[in-house]
Order: sequence, then structure tokens, then C-alpha cells
Amino acid sequence: MKIISKISLLFPALLLSLFGLAQGKPVQMADTMRSNGRIYVVVAVVLTILTGLILYVARLDRKISRLEKESN
Amino acid sequence: MHKSWWKITSVVLLVYTFIAGFLGNVPHLPLLQETIRNLYFHVCMWFAMMILFTVSVVNSIRYLRTFNIKYDIYARQYAVMGIVFGLLGYITGAIWASYTWADPNKAAANSFSTIARDPKLIGAAIALLVYFAYLILRDSIQDMDKKARIGAVYNIFAYAILFPSIWILPRILPSLHPGNEGNPALDVKNDISGSMRLVFYPAVIGWTLLGVWITTLKIRLQLLNEKKMSA
Repeated sequence: MKIISKISLLFPALLLSLFGLAQGKPVQMADTMRSNGRIYVVVAVVLTILTGLILYVARLDRKISRLEKESN
Repeated sequence: MHKSWWKITSVVLLVYTFIAGFLGNVPHLPLLQETIRNLYFHVCMWFAMMILFTVSVVNSIRYLRTFNIKYDIYARQYAVMGIVFGLLGYITGAIWASYTWADPNKAAANSFSTIARDPKLIGAAIALLVYFAYLILRDSIQDMDKKARIGAVYNIFAYAILFPSIWILPRILPSLHPGNEGNPALDVKNDISGSMRLVFYPAVIGWTLLGVWITTLKIRLQLLNEKKMSA
């Protein structure tokens, strides 16, 4: 379970670094991540942070549930 | 995870807030410009704080009615989470104000010293300090029952102080902060467009539920600790 959540965290990070690598190309493609002053990039970053925090809280929740089960 | 439907609701609403909050349509206003989107973040912090403090005081009253130590733990943890949201609201407000109220010819940090004299900010600071005092008072008493009883009574006073310091006094005094004319962020005619309210209300619920989620975690840990101590 731990590994899965770690991998799921890595995924958006990898995606973002891919977008970063493609920056040197001169041709502007019809890419949603590049339109509207690249606001979508900001949304991706913020969502990544939010997912990370939520996963962290969810894991804490599960750990405390386990502790509660043990003490009963 | 038990009873997880409202936790999922919180996550869904927050994801929605972050997507619609950045991509949605907002009114084009001078000075505010894109910073109007802070409504979904900065203002929600205060809404969440107010709701969490209310839950805290309700639990203090429940403690005084039943003398069940459980409610004292609830009250304390909800107050702590309320303080966290209050601090976040204060800090985000400081950043926002530094770039919208401030003199653009001065460095943002310099103009903050003048902004910080605004009655709304002083009121919020007083409210937060009163709650800090609640934590210090409650946690410095060794005896369990005394701690809970004095803490609960003080919490009711702290809640009462919230109203003059953040709801009444700042509206009587002249302030740069919006809201002197009525209800800040809720006034449809003057403040925000209908499309913004479609994001704002879900955002308030999402942030509040996140606060409640984290608080329940702390409460459960605390209750486990108590159980261990008494065993």
C-alpha cells in the first residue's frame, strides 16, 4: 500500500518534468498545458501539492485506525 | 478509514476549488485583477476558522453539562485547528493586502507596517491571541478536571470576544478591508458575481471538512493516549 501511494505521488511529478523538457521546441503545438498564459501548469502544480497532502492525511487516518483496532 | 463519505466530499470539493478557482471566470476589477481568486482561499480560511471555533465552544458547553472529559478533548482540538486556519487566513491576508492596498512605489514589506494598523487586522489579531491564551491556560493546569472545567469556561469567554473583535468593531471603524457596507464576500450586487459563488460556497465546505478531518485525527490520537494512560 505504501509503495502504491508513493508511486502515485511520483506520477504527476514525472508528467511535469516531461512538460519542462519539451520547452526548447520552436513549434507551438495545440497543447492545453501551453494555452491561456500556461495557467494550466499552475493548476497542475497546485493539484499535485493538494494530492500529496491529502494522501498524507489519508495515510495518517489509516494508521490511527490500525492503532485503534490494536488497543481494542 | 471509517465514515469516509464526508472525507471524500472534502477532497472532491477541494479539487474542484483548485481547478475552477484558477480557470473559472472572474469579474475584471481594477486593483484586484486576478487576485480576486484569493476569495476561494483566503476568505475560506476565516469561514473555516469561525465554524471550527463554534464547534469548539459547543463541545465546551457539552463538557460543562456532562463533565465527560471526552468533550474537553474535542473542544481543545477544534480550537487548535481553528487557530491554524486563523493564522493561515492572517498570513494570506497580509500577502494579498501588500499587493492590493499598498503603495506600489514602496516595497511590499515596508507598506505592511501601515497596513497592519487596519482595524480588521487588529481585531483578527486580538481574537487569535485570546485563543492562544486558551491553549496556554488549559494546558498549564495539571489536574484533569480542573483543566477541563477552567478551559471550558474560558473557551466560552474567548468565543464571546470573537464577536466584538472580528464582527462588530472592524465594521464601526473605517477600514480598507471590504465588508464595512454589509457582508463581505456574500454581497451579490457589489462584491462577487454569481459564477464566483459557484466556486466559493463549495470551497468553504471543502476547506471546513478538511479542517474537521484533521481535527478528528488529532482527537482520536488523544483519546488513544488517554486510554493508554488510564490502562
